[in-house]
Amino acid sequence: MDYLALYVTLKLALVTTIFLMLIAAPIAYLLAYTSFPGKSLLEALIYLPMALPPTAIGFYLLVVMGPKGFVGQAWETITGGSLLFTFLGITIASILYSIPFAVQPMKAAFQKIDQRLLDAAYILGLSKRTAFFRVIIPNSVSGIAAAAVLVFLHSIGAFGVLLMVGGSIPGETKVASIAIYEAVETMNYSAAGMIALSFIPISYAFLLLISKLNEDSRP
Amino acid sequence: MTITASLKKKLKYFDLDISFSCATESMMVMIGPSGGGKTTIIRMLAGLTMPDEGRVIFGDEVWYDSARRINVPPQKRRLGYVFQDYTLFPHLNLYDNAAFAAVDKKEVSELFDLFDISHLRKRKPHHVSGGERQRCAICQALARHPRLLLLDEPFSALDVITRRGLREELKSLKGRLSCPVIYVTHDINEALFLADEILPVAEGKNDDGWMQRTITRVPSVGGSSRAAREPRLALAY
Repeated sequence: MDYLALYVTLKLALVTTIFLMLIAAPIAYLLAYTSFPGKSLLEALIYLPMALPPTAIGFYLLVVMGPKGFVGQAWETITGGSLLFTFLGITIASILYSIPFAVQPMKAAFQKIDQRLLDAAYILGLSKRTAFFRVIIPNSVSGIAAAAVLVFLHSIGAFGVLLMVGGSIPGETKVASIAIYEAVETMNYSAAGMIALSFIPISYAFLLLISKLNEDSRP
Repeated sequence: MTITASLKKKLKYFDLDISFSCATESMMVMIGPSGGGKTTIIRMLAGLTMPDEGRVIFGDEVWYDSARRINVPPQKRRLGYVFQDYTLFPHLNLYDNAAFAAVDKKEVSELFDLFDISHLRKRKPHHVSGGERQRCAICQALARHPRLLLLDEPFSALDVITRRGLREELKSLKGRLSCPVIYVTHDINEALFLADEILPVAEGKNDDGWMQRTITRVPSVGGSSRAAREPRLALAY
């Protein structure tokens, strides 16, 4: 069994989840609590990866991160290396691919918070920033956790995006979903079956966790 | 310290336009029908809602002045505000709620003793009764050493017995407070029991005849059929 591919998959999902939680929290806050011109346009743009074919996202990322794209060129002048076919490259791709799944549940969790709690916090002297950390975050823990689980599961399942940007370099960019595809291509059904089977308990356990979190969030 | 306010704001069903002032160690009860603008007035004093025009002056500080474009945010007004319900933070126990913005944490225990909720300090808000929650909310407001205390129907979600008890506790506490208190209610008994001054508010304006009309039920234009359906308010309870 291809343990290395499973390891890369879980590492990628974990790194994606951690970074995406930090990126999505301020975006979700802006979408939940502020209004500015062009907000609905921005919101639709953030959710766009959910509606695009993964290979289309992968294609654009390949172009932008490639040696002729502006991100790829900038990266090359700074580090001298390429972003394509690296773990960092697929991490960036995975983050962009999963952004909607982080922002949407977090925004919903923030919006569920009673406005009067925030009023009370402001009257008690908390700035908006402090209120975010002392009132909003602690009262939307289950929503944030649900977002994290969704992102984790979604990253485990990524295939097209990663194949376009990362190819299949063992230990670096070859994730389990790509390993299954390659095993089937070489008619190695037992190897494909083993990796596929290993996903079931992982995904099932996380789905149970989501329904538990949803129960907890009910008052 | 005296708070003086003159406020104007266009609301959905009427225009709010009112002026009043309330001195230190005095409790002003704002009374009037539901939906008459009382909560909006309180929110404007707290800085949570912006008036269209007017002035709010506390002592020698200007909190709001539309002409001079001054609007001090709620964080800087240092006041206490007890809402009808839901003001305690659900993720914190009662003690942490009261100590949330306390000037001196040691006072929280004293306040808890005073309001007889010391045994509940470790409980979360949804594991105590409504009356205990409101006691804690008052402790939270007082622990911040407010310069002005706003109480917006703090007891109206409670049952009659609890409400009466808390009303009495509040009255006995009043003498020990050194700040102006503004208390909002639609209950005439409560107003008469607590008030040093009464400010009747109906449709966003000071309406001195409102109490008289409500008690005696003088039929007003278009209101006679409604009065017939409603029982008279009993003054003695």
